[in-house]
Amino acid sequence: MENRKLTVSSSPHIHTRMSTSSIMWSVTVALLPAALWGVYVFGLRALLVIAVSIVSSVAIEYGLLKISKDGSVLDGSAFLTGLLIGMNLPADVAIVVPILASAFAIFVVKWTFGGLGSNWMNPALAGRVFVFFSFTGLMNTYRMPRTLVSAGVDASSSATILTQIKMTVSEQTALLASSTGVLESSGYPYTGFAHNVSQFFSSMSLNVSEYTIDAFFGNIAGCIGEVSAFFLILGGIYLLYKKIITWHIPVSMIGSFALFAWVFGGLRNGLGLFQGDFVLQIFSGGFILASLFMATDMVTSPVTRKGMILYGILIGFFTFLLRYFGSLPESSSLAILLVNIFVPTIDRYIMPKRFGEVEKKSNKKEVKA
Amino acid sequence: MHRLPTFRKGGIHPGDKKELSQSQPVERLPFPDELIVPLSQHLGAPANPLKEKGDAVGMGEMIGEASSFISANIHSPVNGTITEIRQITLMNSVSCKAFVIKVDTENPAVEFTAHPWKDKSGEQLLGKVKELGIVGTGGATFPTHVKLSVPKGKSVESLVINGVECEPYLTSDHRLMLEQTEQVLEGIMIAAHITEPKNIIVGVENNKKDAIERLRSVISEKKLPIEVVALQVKYPQGDEKQLLKATINREIPSGKLPLDVGAVVLNVGTAFAVYEAVVYNKPIIDRIVTVSGEAMKEKKNVRTPIGTKIADLIAFSGGLNDNVGKMVAGGPMMGFAFYDDQIPVIKGTSGILALERKKEKKVKISTPCISCGKCVAVCPMGLQPTRLFRLIENRQYEQAMKLNLMDCKECGCCAYSCPSELPLVHGMKLGKKMGRK
Repeated sequence: MENRKLTVSSSPHIHTRMSTSSIMWSVTVALLPAALWGVYVFGLRALLVIAVSIVSSVAIEYGLLKISKDGSVLDGSAFLTGLLIGMNLPADVAIVVPILASAFAIFVVKWTFGGLGSNWMNPALAGRVFVFFSFTGLMNTYRMPRTLVSAGVDASSSATILTQIKMTVSEQTALLASSTGVLESSGYPYTGFAHNVSQFFSSMSLNVSEYTIDAFFGNIAGCIGEVSAFFLILGGIYLLYKKIITWHIPVSMIGSFALFAWVFGGLRNGLGLFQGDFVLQIFSGGFILASLFMATDMVTSPVTRKGMILYGILIGFFTFLLRYFGSLPESSSLAILLVNIFVPTIDRYIMPKRFGEVEKKSNKKEVKA
Repeated sequence: MHRLPTFRKGGIHPGDKKELSQSQPVERLPFPDELIVPLSQHLGAPANPLKEKGDAVGMGEMIGEASSFISANIHSPVNGTITEIRQITLMNSVSCKAFVIKVDTENPAVEFTAHPWKDKSGEQLLGKVKELGIVGTGGATFPTHVKLSVPKGKSVESLVINGVECEPYLTSDHRLMLEQTEQVLEGIMIAAHITEPKNIIVGVENNKKDAIERLRSVISEKKLPIEVVALQVKYPQGDEKQLLKATINREIPSGKLPLDVGAVVLNVGTAFAVYEAVVYNKPIIDRIVTVSGEAMKEKKNVRTPIGTKIADLIAFSGGLNDNVGKMVAGGPMMGFAFYDDQIPVIKGTSGILALERKKEKKVKISTPCISCGKCVAVCPMGLQPTRLFRLIENRQYEQAMKLNLMDCKECGCCAYSCPSELPLVHGMKLGKKMGRK
């Protein structure tokens, strides 16, 4: 064995194929269908916003790594942050906005706290919220999707489903109508496709509103990457299959939001308990994007399964609270950032059960008996 | 479909790579010219040497004597002459004295004759196991007579035989169960005679279906009171804690032994060694070693005399390929990387693996922890490797001990699964060492 170059290191000597960069690129791949749908319905302007976000994120990361001489841009984390920022912006936003959002995300949130793995809040979300509060006007101007425009709706800026509901609800005190009813009475548009699907469901005596169907497939106004719940869920299933995310966070987050929205959501519209229109609420706005791709960010979520479930429940609860009783129409990103603060505490106190723990207790009982 | 039993918490599914060598029948290595027989081949204190330079030794003759209760006798694997007593370092970094024996090539071996055992008492049989230096052949090499000595007042509920062989690549136990089924089962009955358990269970992972069938058919033919349990394939099921959870659904509390939950665990290889000791008066002077790995020219299962230099074993398997990047003694999950092929095969050497060189990494070996939680999810002991690792990096060993660092058995599930390739097991080993101080 002389003249052989051999490695000597601690066990184990084999390793899974999964690496940090393969995780980052897989998440990127999982996001692509929803991003492409956004580009399709909102036009090439959306592609420009996404491209600027990605380029500025990667460029800033590269510059900072040159200064600190540490890490690698090729790990894909900056690319992913950029993509998420782009997908969280409206298509008509000024080009300076994605650049500022990327700079805030990469420089303030990620780099100043120590780079990859050390940030306590999700960089992409923080970037989005930063520009959201800095450019409230620009960030609330949405374009109608191509699919609605072809149905004869005015293409110029329009309210999202959630802003429409919020406006109507805050203007009138007693409504006595579900969210769907509110949208109908204010004449919010829907596609012919959604109407047909809704008819089909009602022929099977299922009541699914046109708005829910449009929200599910992505025929609604909103940020570029958040509109199509269908493509986002497709990406989420891919991540579950690749074992990059587990079911714990998305299921507990959607479940707790749905429960609160169902039980108490109707109160805001002047209805009683158990009257909330939670299905429409889940599929509209950024909730699905947040639950599958933002809340599941590894760095800023708990490490134990039990902790993940608690984390998901808390986000679901705060999303509900802010959406229904806050002044802003959209809130899942704020809810996640809020719960990010609790993550170190969750990790500190919620521990996995040790092997042999049950046995110990039963042994004690035996001794007593 | 009925799901096979396994342990519940954590665990991983590395590719088992057993197809490389599992269909190779055991071959016998011809005696090399020289053997190196260390005095520390077991857990516990090294044996005291009984011979000096120049002494002639016979095959099976005791040349090292156990120096305490947890220690084991050492025997000469051949007829020959001691040419030197040398200080060597084994692959697990244990440094000890070793006899260098020049093999009598004309007449290297003696015949062992069979003796009946059924009329002997358990105590007499236990004496044989101790006298002949039997240790666990699974890798930890714990002296078997200690395991089989049931203290007064304690009784054995289950004798659990470990035929799991959960480490990838290794197939020596598999071949042993297939080729020497009767002997293994008789060894199990001898161990049962000593420990008097209420039931006897053999746990085998379901990737060795032929061995399970063979064991079952011999058991029913001989009407033995032994149950063979097929287990789901999951690493580290071969650890006695996980094996007991899988087979008899008991969890050994932290810091306790199998006997505390009424069980004795023996490896199939150990059962075979017990058989040879009791029936043939034969100590462990050879064992089956799996010689495998993608960079090994020929993959084999070789019955190898203890003390054979690894170079001789590699030469017997046609040598190494040029793309060899790492040599491992034992399995790839818990085995030891080594660089010196002049060190010998010992009682616990289950495999010699030549692994391929990985692509060289340009930047760094590991990247920062991204808190993905995979290590927590796969830890079979319910620990938080990422948190322990951070504490150990910051030299907060006492804090780490409080979070049950000592429960870690270095199975490697965490480091295997870590996408940042952090040297978690290395950290745990360091932390334990510093924490004990």
